[in-house]
Amino acid sequence: MEDVQITKNIRKSILDMMYTSRSSHIGSCFSIVEILYTLYFRILKIRGTQFDLVVDDKFILSKAHGSVALYATLGERGFFDKKKLEEYYVDGGSLPGHLDMKSASGIECSGGSLGHGLSIGIGMAIANQKSNVYVLLGDGECNEGSVWEAVMLASHLQLANLTAIIDYNKLQGFGETNEVINQKNLHERWSAFGWNAIEVNGHNVDELEKELKRPSDKPKAIIAHTIKGKGVSFMENKLEWHYKSPNKDEYLLARSELEGAL
Amino acid sequence: MRKTFIESLIKEARQNPNIFLITPDLGFSVLEPFAEEFPDRFLNVGIAEQNAVGVATGLALSGKIVYVYSIIPFVTMRCFEQVRIDVAYMNTKVRLVGVGAGFSYGSAGATHHAIEDIAVMRALPNMTVCCPGDPLEVKGIVQESVTYQGPMYIRLAKSGEPQIHPDDTEIQIGKSVVVHEGDQFAILTTSNMLDVGYKVAQVFRRQGVKCSLISFHTLKPFDHLKVAELIDSELPIITLEEHNIIGGLGSIVAEQIAESGRGVKFKRIAIPDQYSHFVGSQAYIREKFGLSESQIVETIQSFIGF
Repeated sequence: MEDVQITKNIRKSILDMMYTSRSSHIGSCFSIVEILYTLYFRILKIRGTQFDLVVDDKFILSKAHGSVALYATLGERGFFDKKKLEEYYVDGGSLPGHLDMKSASGIECSGGSLGHGLSIGIGMAIANQKSNVYVLLGDGECNEGSVWEAVMLASHLQLANLTAIIDYNKLQGFGETNEVINQKNLHERWSAFGWNAIEVNGHNVDELEKELKRPSDKPKAIIAHTIKGKGVSFMENKLEWHYKSPNKDEYLLARSELEGAL
Repeated sequence: MRKTFIESLIKEARQNPNIFLITPDLGFSVLEPFAEEFPDRFLNVGIAEQNAVGVATGLALSGKIVYVYSIIPFVTMRCFEQVRIDVAYMNTKVRLVGVGAGFSYGSAGATHHAIEDIAVMRALPNMTVCCPGDPLEVKGIVQESVTYQGPMYIRLAKSGEPQIHPDDTEIQIGKSVVVHEGDQFAILTTSNMLDVGYKVAQVFRRQGVKCSLISFHTLKPFDHLKVAELIDSELPIITLEEHNIIGGLGSIVAEQIAESGRGVKFKRIAIPDQYSHFVGSQAYIREKFGLSESQIVETIQSFIGF
């Protein structure tokens, strides 16, 4: 049950931050909670004591509009005091809307424009051959040409210590991902480029853990089927929650749904 | 210059195991000696500039000093957002090395000309901008770039540029080099116009006109002290560069003069704000834009009023 409690806490923190700041991307944050939980609580090599943690592996949140989910996860994992989450998006705060690696402990890479993270991950994978490098991308982000430059190079170099996780929540800026640019064959695309592509339920932490730990002799692409807005019924699979922040009634309703989720 | 660059980098790489070289598939017949000597520290990422800069960033975030080499427009503008966010914003130790300053790739056409790069690169916070004018300046800058903090852009000409400075000249990032002292006017050059400026100065000096010639191999951080000295001495100032008249050396000096509140006589000689549709060598295109040695001499004569 610990995993359910922690993912619930992460979602509550996300909801609180989004409500207080009136900022966007709550749906994009809810879809990656189990992925971040699995990475930070089951996969990444992390050492040190509370508020003084060091990650020996590398993680890049390339879809950096999911920053709030990362802040909430880092807070939950003990990288910093959770009070810091109140410093999100406000005047004089410390946590910006998109990622600034100088803003908090545990953030390996700045970001906010799509299509940058996988290339940076390749550089890290070359330089840190004894560590594992994980890059989390959005499905819409795979529209960016630079992603495919990186996809080609990683397989050419056979970077077995590099894993891309694609948050396949099937919604992006203007609508359904596959209606904007059809990429229903995401699995075939990554496979054809020489990656070990695996499809998983992106909200099942045991399945995520199993596939993230599966040995591979080439770069691995975990295509995580997720639900945008996962965890709050009226936000699930709704494009508007890419942009909207909850009003008071919506906040209270969402909060009670999350409370009851145990 | 590109030969001096690679020779200097090889020398440094022998001393420093963290030096890494990336190319998006350019540098044939230039980079091979490095690739052969340091196969584990050389990477051709294919024709993919955005990826080249991203990979360089990942390496730099892991403690490497990474040089990314290509023709100027491709290593600066094709991947500009990677340069902005991954290199400049994250303040990583990536060195963008561009070859082909101004019209160096004359006949290749405007896609290969580098006329906006200085303006674009110097607008990036954290970015150091070096534009060496002769092989000695290249050598000095490469040497210092290994330990220099933050990201850098190094603008190279191409090949065959003559050495202007004596061998023992000290090259220090951020500090200009005085070639000639003079008391009638000062010519300030950057990048590949050092050679032209040198010839222009010779013409005047042969006529007994004592002009200064100063090479600004670093445009950011800029040697404002040297320009302040010139303003104090009330010498007419002429800037000379093979770059758009907007945003390069002339703009930097203009800003400083304007803010000094001292009206010194001032002239920018640069490429007018237009693309070249001419076909021809660097020398030919220079002439089309008034940048040949004799045209510059005439421009200066009429400006100073000889």
